[in-house]
Amino acid sequence: MNHTTYVQLLNASCGAFLLAGVLVLWRRDLAAIVRLFALQGAALALLIAVLGVHEGEAGVVALAAGIGALRTLLLPWLLRRALAGDGTSRETQPLVNVAASLTVAALLGLLCYAVTRPIVRLDPTPATHAVPVALTVVLIGLFVLVTRRRAVSQIVGFLLMDNGITAVAFLTASGVPLVVELGVSLDVLLAVLVLQVLTARMRAAFGDTDLDDLRELRD
Amino acid sequence: MTLLLIAPIGAPLLAAACQAALGWRRATSWLGAAAAAVLLTCGIALAATGPHAAPGGLLRADALSAFMLIVIGAVALPAMLVSPAHLAAEETSPRDARRYGVLTQAFVAAMALAVLAASLGMLWVAIEATTVVTAFLVGHRRTRNATEAAWKYVVICSAGIALAFLGVVLLHFAAQQAHVPAAGALGWADLAAHAGRLDPDVTRIAVALLVLGFGAKAGLAPLHAWLPDAHGQAPAPVSALMSGALLSVAFYAVLRVKVIADAALGTGFVRTLLLTVALASLALAAALLLGQRDYKRMLAYSSIEHMGLIALGTAIGTRLAMAAVLLHILGHGLAKTVAFLAAGHLQQTAGTSRIGAVRGVAARAPLAAGAFGAAVLALLGFPPFSLFASELAVFRAGFAAGLGWAVAAALALLLAATAAIAAGTARMLLGGPRTGPGAAAVPSRPPLGAAAALLLGLPVCAAVGIGLGPLHGLLLDAAALLGAH
Repeated sequence: MNHTTYVQLLNASCGAFLLAGVLVLWRRDLAAIVRLFALQGAALALLIAVLGVHEGEAGVVALAAGIGALRTLLLPWLLRRALAGDGTSRETQPLVNVAASLTVAALLGLLCYAVTRPIVRLDPTPATHAVPVALTVVLIGLFVLVTRRRAVSQIVGFLLMDNGITAVAFLTASGVPLVVELGVSLDVLLAVLVLQVLTARMRAAFGDTDLDDLRELRD
Repeated sequence: MTLLLIAPIGAPLLAAACQAALGWRRATSWLGAAAAAVLLTCGIALAATGPHAAPGGLLRADALSAFMLIVIGAVALPAMLVSPAHLAAEETSPRDARRYGVLTQAFVAAMALAVLAASLGMLWVAIEATTVVTAFLVGHRRTRNATEAAWKYVVICSAGIALAFLGVVLLHFAAQQAHVPAAGALGWADLAAHAGRLDPDVTRIAVALLVLGFGAKAGLAPLHAWLPDAHGQAPAPVSALMSGALLSVAFYAVLRVKVIADAALGTGFVRTLLLTVALASLALAAALLLGQRDYKRMLAYSSIEHMGLIALGTAIGTRLAMAAVLLHILGHGLAKTVAFLAAGHLQQTAGTSRIGAVRGVAARAPLAAGAFGAAVLALLGFPPFSLFASELAVFRAGFAAGLGWAVAAALALLLAATAAIAAGTARMLLGGPRTGPGAAAVPSRPPLGAAAALLLGLPVCAAVGIGLGPLHGLLLDAAALLGAH
């Protein structure tokens, strides 16, 4: 792969990665949000594969396939199962409306470009220049986590953060050591399984999965 | 030698496997206590034999790891001794009891892995694993409140600690750029040895994320919101494990990060960061302790207060302060475990955890009430308990290091928290007995294993407070590892 193709493919996959994250803020249909999350997983797998091919490391390409399977198939499947018992599949009135959310996403993007300047300066390659994009996805995930009120959208927010962090890991240093990457993926998978079971329990106890009901414990 | 590194993780996992296969029976219910005893013995043996690493480079133990293993064992042993009686009194179904057995053992194993891991990456994996295995323990009772507490716990801790992972990723990047040997790119020993070569700007971002993220799991402000709910809703032995051991294990990660950060950035950066979160945590705990009506939540806020003190001592960072911090971690673990286990017994006797409802219980459950009172005195820093010695040492070290203003502010906040806890406990233990129906119930006495757990922790805490004995050398070795100057 020559340099121009590499940069173009890198930019395209990063663009798709960011776009999927931003669109999560725009949609309120929970099934669509899960589809966007799966799409973002595919963009992440492509991104890692491009980096792996560029560096000629077969291990990284294999890792891309594994991460792709986890994030485009397994995790979205678990999320769809958590959704299945829900009567209404729409986000009830997020705390921040769509227009304001998109503005916030733009501001977060600017903030990330400012914050990541030392990282780009340390090793200015096409890959590290894309780190602000990945970090923006982390912050968008955090924003979804704190402003959305349905259980499934909170899980998606957490997973967007995790996608973003994985992207930062591969863009800066072709990933963390393999043992750590395996452990992290296992932890994320288990966390989502736990949250899926808790969603079912919440539905049994409260009738739905609107997190506004979760306010009995407070001081 | 390698066995000493594997046994603390292997023994609880073996106990978990036995309980998964055979269920929670009369015999298997004591396996957890046996595994905790093995863990404690390995910690002491590691402290005696000195540092070593396992082949393959995944596990590693030095004086600090050995000390943390001793803390985990000292908390897990009483918690596991009380568990059979606790589950029997709750009339837990066999299925739930088996799950409780398996998950508590997996929890202990994950904590042991965290303190024995040789790399920051594995340390992160182990700490996130504790969130996953304890989620169902927090939600054990399956009520609305327990489900709410479990949800908040998993979401806040996972998101908080995800920030720490971003920190790990950035530190890995800085290490790679500085050509730290690839195999040890995340090993904290290699990182600390080559820290001077790390790019300061990137390291600064990474360290801030690591302190914030692991601080969330350690119950430090601003991401502490999960703690009172989780500690209040979990079964008492699990609350004891979480408060006495898990918070300190998460803080152990901050200690390891501090060594790397101090070498790369100088001591000022982490000191400022930790002073901020320490004073914020103390202020928050003091504010929310005033007027607290639930005694398990009162103990939870007291944990935030003590973690704030530990963070303050770490910010001071001299040799005296670091040794005091480690002693405080042990003393808090012992006293808080007894307090939570006694609170659990009182809750089962009175049927509620409201402070106003347990007035007469002191006459019905004298052993538990007495243990609770003594444990609270220990937590408030009264002599002869070791928390008195460690708090005094932290304050002295603070004045000597020129941080008198921070110590003065901490003392004022501590005074408010102490007054609130003392008032609540006095209402519980000294209030007149309840009259009317149900008042003349039979005295409630915990069975032998549980009674031993309640009675043993505090004498140990007092003995450590009076004379350190063999711990003295271990504490100084561990403090020296933390780069104390």
